[in-house]
Amino acid sequence: MADEKKLFTVTIDNITVEVEPGTSILQAARKIGGDVAPPAMCYYTKLKDSGGKCRTCLVEVAAGSAADPRPMPKLVASCRTNVMDGMVVKNITSDRVIDARNGVVEFLLINHPLDCPICDQAGECHLQDLSYEHGKGASRYEFKRRTFDKHDLGPYIQLHMTRCILCYRCVYTADQVTNERKHGILMRGDHSEIATYIEKSLENDFIGNVIDVCPVGALTDRTFRFKNRVWFTKPVDAHCNCDKCSGEVQLWMRGDEVLRVTARKDEWGEVKDTSKGETGWICNTCRFERKNASDWIIEGPSQINRHSVISQGHYENAVKPNETIKKVMGGRDPKLLMNIKDVSEVNQVELSEIKGAATSESFKQLKKGN
Amino acid sequence: MKFSDDKLKQVDEMISHYPEGKQKSALLPLLHFVQKENGGWLSSEAMDYTAELLKIAPIEVYEVATFYSMYNLQPVGKTVFEVCQTGPCMLRGSDGIVDYIYEKLGIKPGQTTADGLFTLKTVECLGACGYAPMMQLGPDFREHLTKEKIDALIAEGKTKAN
Amino acid sequence: MGRKLLLDKAHIEGIRHYDVYRREGGYRSVEKALKTMSPDAVTEEVKKSGLRGRGGAGFPTGMKWGFLAKPEGVPRYLVVNADESEPGTFKDRYLMEFIPHLLIEGMITASYALGSNTSYIYIRGEYWWVKEILEVAVQEARNAGWLGKNILGSGFDCDIFVQPGAGAYICGEETALIESLEGKRGNPRIKPPFPAVKGLWGCPTVVNNVETIAAVVPIVNDGGDEYAKLGIGKSTGTKLISACGNISKPGVYEIEMNISVEEFLYSDEYCGGIANGKKLKACIPGGSSVPILPANLLLKTAKGETRMMTYESLSDGGFATGSMMGSGGFIAMDEDQCVVKHTYTLARFYRHESCGQCSPCREGTGWMEKILLNIENGKGKMSDIDLLWDIQRKIEGNTICPLGDAAAWPVAAAIRHFRDEFEWHVTNPADALKRNYGLANYEKPLEIAVAAP
Ligand SMILES: Cc1cc2nc3c(=O)[nH]c(=O)nc-3n(C[C@H](O)[C@H](O)[C@H](O)COP(=O)(O)O)c2cc1C
Ligand code: SF4
Ligand code: SF4
Ligand code: FES
Ligand code: FES
Repeated sequence: MADEKKLFTVTIDNITVEVEPGTSILQAARKIGGDVAPPAMCYYTKLKDSGGKCRTCLVEVAAGSAADPRPMPKLVASCRTNVMDGMVVKNITSDRVIDARNGVVEFLLINHPLDCPICDQAGECHLQDLSYEHGKGASRYEFKRRTFDKHDLGPYIQLHMTRCILCYRCVYTADQVTNERKHGILMRGDHSEIATYIEKSLENDFIGNVIDVCPVGALTDRTFRFKNRVWFTKPVDAHCNCDKCSGEVQLWMRGDEVLRVTARKDEWGEVKDTSKGETGWICNTCRFERKNASDWIIEGPSQINRHSVISQGHYENAVKPNETIKKVMGGRDPKLLMNIKDVSEVNQVELSEIKGAATSESFKQLKKGN
Repeated sequence: MKFSDDKLKQVDEMISHYPEGKQKSALLPLLHFVQKENGGWLSSEAMDYTAELLKIAPIEVYEVATFYSMYNLQPVGKTVFEVCQTGPCMLRGSDGIVDYIYEKLGIKPGQTTADGLFTLKTVECLGACGYAPMMQLGPDFREHLTKEKIDALIAEGKTKAN
Repeated sequence: MGRKLLLDKAHIEGIRHYDVYRREGGYRSVEKALKTMSPDAVTEEVKKSGLRGRGGAGFPTGMKWGFLAKPEGVPRYLVVNADESEPGTFKDRYLMEFIPHLLIEGMITASYALGSNTSYIYIRGEYWWVKEILEVAVQEARNAGWLGKNILGSGFDCDIFVQPGAGAYICGEETALIESLEGKRGNPRIKPPFPAVKGLWGCPTVVNNVETIAAVVPIVNDGGDEYAKLGIGKSTGTKLISACGNISKPGVYEIEMNISVEEFLYSDEYCGGIANGKKLKACIPGGSSVPILPANLLLKTAKGETRMMTYESLSDGGFATGSMMGSGGFIAMDEDQCVVKHTYTLARFYRHESCGQCSPCREGTGWMEKILLNIENGKGKMSDIDLLWDIQRKIEGNTICPLGDAAAWPVAAAIRHFRDEFEWHVTNPADALKRNYGLANYEKPLEIAVAAP
């Protein structure tokens, strides 16, 4: 039939797009792009069943559809709600949405350590981005934060549970990308944690992808050399001939050194498709073992546009980093993220004394020097 | 841990409640069973054995065992007083019961007596609010608690241990 | 004495067992349905009866059954929700303990209407002895030919299994219950899809409360129209109320939904008044999740009308001055009780029971609990009260399942009606540790605004 291909028209923040039936509000909004796309901390396009949990992507449905234009009484999770023809959605044009989202961000932060200055993820952390837009100046939470010891899940991956926002992405990744899952969510409620129960190391060939899907710095790469702030490193696209995966990766380099290898990500921070059209998950060998520039054929600088901290371009010929975070952040006020005086290890270090890149090595040396 | 043929038959009976291939549904009842056979708690060995019986990954068992409050992940005292402290029980004096147990045994919620005989826990509503104050003791409920009843339960716990 | 449809025979000696139950007229509804009615005709009677779900939400049962998807070749399931964990609620336990065959009879009839060949009772693990009672009853029914293949020669097959939970209030939420029945953590599912389309093992499923299913028996026996004659308006039939707190006679009562709250609370037939000659301060009429009401708003609505034990009357006034029927857990508080402390225990309950999947509930419930404990312990600030209000407001409506709302409402209602008591805790911290705020004005007659002539 001719109308088989009928597209749905949906209006989000006064901008109208046409999408295939079965598209979620979030995907429709991403089609429009920019601020119209709600932030998504738990949904991940490439992971079946993900989404619905973090509640940062809540939007208001002002009209359900052309056929039934009644508004939906509650805000809905845009990642798990499909569009209807003629639907009218409000994201940043809704005060209710902004209010609720501020609330969600506050909830996510009350138990978050705010140790961004020493976190590997700083600069590419979705929670950091989110709190710039929605965080309040000071926390209203006056109680002790929940803490967990950090520990290693085998030789490759470190878990810093205190930072975890329980998005479940790493659990779905282990289920769907590797065929054996050894870690999961244990306990319940505010005691929930990502863990293996008895010490186990995660070693499946594709388990390293959990690092890429983690929206915060809870799962990090133990082989990441020098633990550089990402904005001092230079991402380039590269590939190799790999018998396990596509070999299409992103290298994070400083000079000729490969500091870290990750999958290539799109503007929403999600793993891109490969040149063959498959999801670009990479294997552990590419990620953790190939740390020489000679292992790779370098294609050129990666195109990065969403995570503005990285795209500031400070990595070009960086000899001396800017000493205040505000400058590094492109003039944006750091707000609570960089409440350095609250953060344990960094308290002991005067940042201005660091010569050269502010690496964890330099922190260690400075501390020793004191 | 390894079940006798007789116990394995009981496991098979549990699994028979569900359609072919849905044996994971037997996990909650089976964990209750394994816990009982394992002296009242779930060791990691016991959980791994459960996973084996149901042909599922051990993490699937850990995830479930840590979610539900009736599974003990550590050994417990011989007699465990689980006193309900939610609103309706509080209105009828559950705090007094907890205090009285402290007076008699010197243990606060979460503690076990030095001789390992008694453990005191506070728990949330057990669905016996009209018979408050109450506690769970093993598989049974003890309701309309009074100081005299606590004395009797303590005596009972001591006799049982001998 | 009001009519009783469910518990009228519960105290007959031996009724727990099949022979006596059958002698007293048990299993007639199964005979009638299987021999003389089509499955749809049974559903039709339930629709006519106006029966509303007794688990808390009060959704019309017949309509719910009508939504069940019936794709060719896919099994359908009936799951009975016997998780009963809402503080103040202990009615299903009573029914199952004393007259288990009523539930089983209702299940067979309902399974026939829904086309469920395997039905489950999901019972909270702490009710272990009740699980054993049910298992005995199921076996008796099986032996007597009411379960199994080709029941009464009708061609209908049905079996029933009892599944224990293991300690998790959230498994009372129907999709969490289904997850739990599949052997998983009790994380509520994100809806849609609804269980009526994709429930247990991905198949169409109806989840109903114990009392709802038991009510199917009198509905089929006497006809939906007869049932609908009982009660008032859309609150048809009888309702089990579990009454607890500071009343003279706590227990489970079957009421016809046509009596006033005052009669229920003070008559000797039911609660027998407040214990020890004290005065009523406040009441949570429908289980811990529903708004608390001060005494004066409990007995009369803001319009000055007598408040009745019906769905409509209990919610008259909305959240501003009303409450809800909920699960029928009636919690009364006398003049010596502290609303702040009680609210704190409920907040602690919800924090303990949150599955932890979604951020507002996982983080917000714990935050509220901590602030409430501070206030209760005389360490609160005035601004904490507003902060509490703001937190509950940001949880409500923004979570995956209604547990978030259930955690927010009690806090909101306590602040709404008892703000002076919260403030007193802040301004008199030393006193707050020693004594209670007392009755204040909570029982004084309401001033009803009369429209100007
Ligand atoms: C947190 C939560 C707990 C619930 N607990 C119960 C329960 O213990 N028993 C019950 O019958 N319904 C409970 N419900 C309601 C169920 O989700 C569902 O609506 C009910 O079982 C449907 O049956 P009904 O239509 O017969 O009431 C709960 C709901 C929520 C959100
Ligand atoms: S570790 Fe990371 S990916 Fe896994 S649940 Fe936590 S935040 Fe999500
Ligand atoms: S509202 Fe609470 S209980 Fe419900 S899904 Fe969210 S975290 Fe779980
Ligand atoms: S991204 Fe939609 S709820 Fe998390
Ligand atoms: S509050 Fe204690 S059993 Fe319900």
